[in-house]
Amino acid sequence: MSETDKATQVTINYDGQDVSVPAGYNLVQAAQLLGKEIPHYCYHEKLSVSGNCRMCMVQIGTPMRDRATGEPVMDENGKQKIGWSPKPAIGCATTVSPGLHVRTDNDLVKGCRNGVTEFLLANHPLDCPICDKAGECRLQEYSSQYGRDYSRFVEHKVVKPKHVDIGPRIILDDERCILCSRCIRFCDEVIKESFLGFTERGSHATLSIHPGKPFDHNYSLNTVDICPVGALTSKDFRFQMRVWFLKPVNSICTESSAGVNTKVWSREGRVYRITPRRNDAVNDSWMSDSGRMLYKKCEGSGRLVEPQVGGHHMGSEETLSRIAVLLKNEKAAIVASAFSSVEEQFLLKRLAGAIHAGVHMISHTQKGDGLLISEDATPNLRGALLTGLISRIPSDNLRALGDKIDAGEVETLVCVREDLVQAGLSQAQLDKVNLVYLGTHTPSFAQSANVLMGVPTVFERAGSFVNCQWRIQKFAQAVPPPRGVLSELTILAKLLDLVGACPGVAATLSPAWQQLSKEVPAFAGLSYDSLPDEGALVDGGSLKSLPFVETAHLHYTPNAK
Amino acid sequence: MAKIVERPKLTLAEKTYLPQIIGGLKITFKRMLRPWVTLEYPEQRPQLPENYRGAPTLVCDQNGREKCVSCQMCEFVCPPKAIRITPGKIQNPAQAHVEKAPQAFEINMLRCIYCGLCQEVCPEEAIVLQKVFSLNSRTRAALVHDKRRLYELGGTLPDNILKWDKKLEQAKAAEHSTH
Repeated sequence: MSETDKATQVTINYDGQDVSVPAGYNLVQAAQLLGKEIPHYCYHEKLSVSGNCRMCMVQIGTPMRDRATGEPVMDENGKQKIGWSPKPAIGCATTVSPGLHVRTDNDLVKGCRNGVTEFLLANHPLDCPICDKAGECRLQEYSSQYGRDYSRFVEHKVVKPKHVDIGPRIILDDERCILCSRCIRFCDEVIKESFLGFTERGSHATLSIHPGKPFDHNYSLNTVDICPVGALTSKDFRFQMRVWFLKPVNSICTESSAGVNTKVWSREGRVYRITPRRNDAVNDSWMSDSGRMLYKKCEGSGRLVEPQVGGHHMGSEETLSRIAVLLKNEKAAIVASAFSSVEEQFLLKRLAGAIHAGVHMISHTQKGDGLLISEDATPNLRGALLTGLISRIPSDNLRALGDKIDAGEVETLVCVREDLVQAGLSQAQLDKVNLVYLGTHTPSFAQSANVLMGVPTVFERAGSFVNCQWRIQKFAQAVPPPRGVLSELTILAKLLDLVGACPGVAATLSPAWQQLSKEVPAFAGLSYDSLPDEGALVDGGSLKSLPFVETAHLHYTPNAK
Repeated sequence: MAKIVERPKLTLAEKTYLPQIIGGLKITFKRMLRPWVTLEYPEQRPQLPENYRGAPTLVCDQNGREKCVSCQMCEFVCPPKAIRITPGKIQNPAQAHVEKAPQAFEINMLRCIYCGLCQEVCPEEAIVLQKVFSLNSRTRAALVHDKRRLYELGGTLPDNILKWDKKLEQAKAAEHSTH
């Protein structure tokens, strides 16, 4: 944890071994640091400690001192005696202190875990075959590790509401709930709006919403992630695929410049869900519901797959040579995108330099929510600034470019991933120029474009984005692009080759980064492969003083030095 | 170097071949009078043992409810990856308490190795290797059994526990007791 002073270390004795852990850690965190696990359900590092599941019980002890004199009490070997507490304590609410002794593997602790598991399973339904959490369920894991292999419970299980519709994106199964209260604390502490609470008492305690107030917050699906069992499930992912078939790949959310770290879960080329990936400097463990749904756009209809020249399908090699012919025009301009990765922007900058084209960009703004959706709706505006593609914050329209087209100063226009009509160019202006469009979906102005070429979405390619904190974060390829779609890097590298600017430009990431780290001072010493999963802060230099639109949100303050 | 093999010296009886012919015919006539051990296959069918592992099939319980809840354990465990399931929600209100059932269920019998792991792993006893052993077709597609074909082959296998129905009864009883 960043707020803990790393310099202050405390020595504790964990299962007979003296280890040094940062002061302020609790025993669950300390165990994690040592590569061990104290099982827990209700404790979550990013939420307050409630200590109600009792799964993390351990035995603790402190070195004994004589009550009258304060002298250490020694045993026959000359070592200080340890006063073991006769009853176990919960690890999540026990902060480490110097000399603290912890036992996690004796019969007392094993008995506690076994007992807690048995009580939880007494009323837990045998729903695993139909439960979406199966495979990543804490109760399943701990039952097999700490539970008994048969049930002594002969009474009827408590009947509670099942498949309750509590919000637009969530279904609640109360029988599966183990009353850990993580979801309640998430609402109260992170989104600061209470939606959920317990009603009834004892084994009849039931999680529910207030009648008439659906759980419709844009961060509601985080409760599904932190639910240790399958009580809260996502409607979108419900009964779609078992989790053990899905392959998680690290990615970055493109919803805003906050650069939320995500995992994209896919099977056989199809994305099934997106979940947040913990990054304490960016998004903690959270992400927005709207960001999770972005994958739907990518598999939807309207994908641009086969290259088209003048309305006819054409092979990619031939299409590229047609584009190269158009680019040899002296009066060319490029509309770049902040949805492109740093590497793609770098190559586009080179292409613009080679053909002496002016580069235009459009800013996309949205309403921020002060949490993880920032006001800038693009993931990589700062990447475009750092690579030198642009030098100012772009305007929200292309009127300047429109004027140039009207004046006949632009005859060839290359547009990457942007909607030119929305950006204010008229149909007449588009018809006037030779338009080359590279994008994921067929644009509304497709009939005006001379060349249309598909590029991969964020899930179908690897690269890096620079978020609003000037943190460069990499994303990996989760699924292959549709057949026939070349990567933007390949397209740009081939175009650079064809216009005769720099033959043999690398179309893959690692060699592209060798040039990036050489030519862009902010990226000096970095490489794609060595970039850590949590990203690396880069120096924005004088660019930091530009008037960015973002206001303060989680882990971001504007103009922070 | 060539090796010279000497011909065996035959007696006169042996030279006539008659003792051998008579010996052979003896066996033939002995067998002719004994009961048959072979089957005239397509017309006659073998008696298969109870634990015979033939083609995997899907079964319904005695109330006609499809037992499979599409947990996909069989798909996971299948060594030759012959099983392919598309899970989905149960639309039929009479069985809505079970919530989940397969939308599509395919077993590629060209890949199946009849190992029986799917039957062993099934938590609902819904997939059973039955005595179907003669699968043949003129097309490959016909040997990829879909859900309809699997239930057709499987039929009904009574369930002694009926856990889902019991659960529904308990839920109904609880509802009455609170009102």
